[in-house]
Amino acid sequence: MNVPLRVKIKRRRIIAPRAKARRFYGQGLPGVDLSKLAGKLIVVEGADGSGRSTQIARLVTWLEECGHATVQVGLKRSTLVSEELEQAQQGNILSHTTLSLFYATDFADQLENIILPGLRAGLMVLADRYIYTLMVRDMVRGMDAAWVRNLYGIALQPDAVFYLNVPSEELVVRTFAKKQSLDYWESGMDLGLSRDMFDSFLQYQNLVAQRFKELQACYDFTIVDGRRSVDAVNRELRQRIQSVLQGE
Amino acid sequence: MEISIREVDLAAFLFPNHRHKPKKERVKTFAELGFPGRLIAVEGLDGSGKSTQIYLLKRWLESLGLKVFFSEWNSSPLVKNATSKGKKRELLSPTTFSLIHATDFADRYERQLSPLLRAGYLVLCDRYAFTAYARDTVRGCPQDWVRGIYSFAPLPDLVFFFKASLETSLQRILDGRPQLKYFEAGMDLHLSTDPYESFRMFQGRLLEQYLAMSSEFHFLEIDANQPIEAQQSVVRDLVAARVKLSEYGCNHPESVK
Repeated sequence: MNVPLRVKIKRRRIIAPRAKARRFYGQGLPGVDLSKLAGKLIVVEGADGSGRSTQIARLVTWLEECGHATVQVGLKRSTLVSEELEQAQQGNILSHTTLSLFYATDFADQLENIILPGLRAGLMVLADRYIYTLMVRDMVRGMDAAWVRNLYGIALQPDAVFYLNVPSEELVVRTFAKKQSLDYWESGMDLGLSRDMFDSFLQYQNLVAQRFKELQACYDFTIVDGRRSVDAVNRELRQRIQSVLQGE
Repeated sequence: MEISIREVDLAAFLFPNHRHKPKKERVKTFAELGFPGRLIAVEGLDGSGKSTQIYLLKRWLESLGLKVFFSEWNSSPLVKNATSKGKKRELLSPTTFSLIHATDFADRYERQLSPLLRAGYLVLCDRYAFTAYARDTVRGCPQDWVRGIYSFAPLPDLVFFFKASLETSLQRILDGRPQLKYFEAGMDLHLSTDPYESFRMFQGRLLEQYLAMSSEFHFLEIDANQPIEAQQSVVRDLVAARVKLSEYGCNHPESVK
């Protein structure tokens, strides 16, 4: 007898997030109305190799299964300057202030053309890094903290910021497992910490992690232990996002 | 709007500029900061004749055998690509317009202006940060934000402001180059659908900004309705009076090549 396998249809109630009072970190963008942003802005921060992209990919799948539409943003993805920024970085020809402002332009373009319209349309906006990485990179390179704060006063405060914390020794292992070489910028080679790339990577990542901890004290990140399994980390992220969606 | 007290405290701590005006710490000039070089900038509306004047100043300083470098607004080869794409495709908002010009300026400042000024050059700039202060503010960017961004660069030692009547500047531009570009005409401000009318209104607003900055930043005002030669003569006199030109010769024993 051929009985068709019965599939259990589970339906959970889809939560539609409600617009809440929003604010920019500083003076914000000219002419932007913040009153009707129904979507949620969720930021995942962390070093290369901390599992950001893997986690975001899983979150997208999960959110879509739950009935939410998503859109993703990340560094160096703007229509305006991403190509030029990439080119300039390849040649390592930009000085600190220039590079910093180039990244800020890239960020502002995505904020205005993807993040804000996305939130207005009620989407879940997932940001693979946000202003914090940019601020930390600038500050590690000796830029004035007040200058950096003023610059990123244009940024919208997210609904949640998760920092995937992985010690630099573990990052090296993960990076080598993936591509057997260290990235010039992720090793902070432009800082001249050490001529040895391996040393420089460890020192640089430690400096970055230290700065992130300083920012965490005032920016209210959720620090997520990124050393655990992909599943374990994702479970924690889902729980936390769930409570954001429920407006907790 | 419901904002918890904690959030307010946090924001005030992180972004003090938002609630309180930042302490007005005047940006210093290159001379005040001990740079051996001197920076001379020209500012004014399109069509005020400033580019002609700085060119003539440059020719004169060169003829005296001095170490001179000239830099133009929006000319960094690295950033130019992005800027022209943004402009052609009308991709720029007031914020990205401001940031991309700041990027251009930073690139020129860090790679050319600053090193040359440390090496004792006379650096001539066709437009400086004041152009951004005026344009970006007219486009709606907060003044403190714009000035904060440019605060990494010292102020020029001399700023010549070529003050022409609005009608004179408009005429010079509109006579010579009737095809106005989108951002040049300030079309992004939606002041008028007619590019010429929009250009007039935009230039008028820029002039107001310049006039307001003139006393704040001690601009040396030059009457741009005068003949070219008369203006140049005033410019050269002022430069000679305020800069010890004899110290900027190419064969100066302390000069750094």
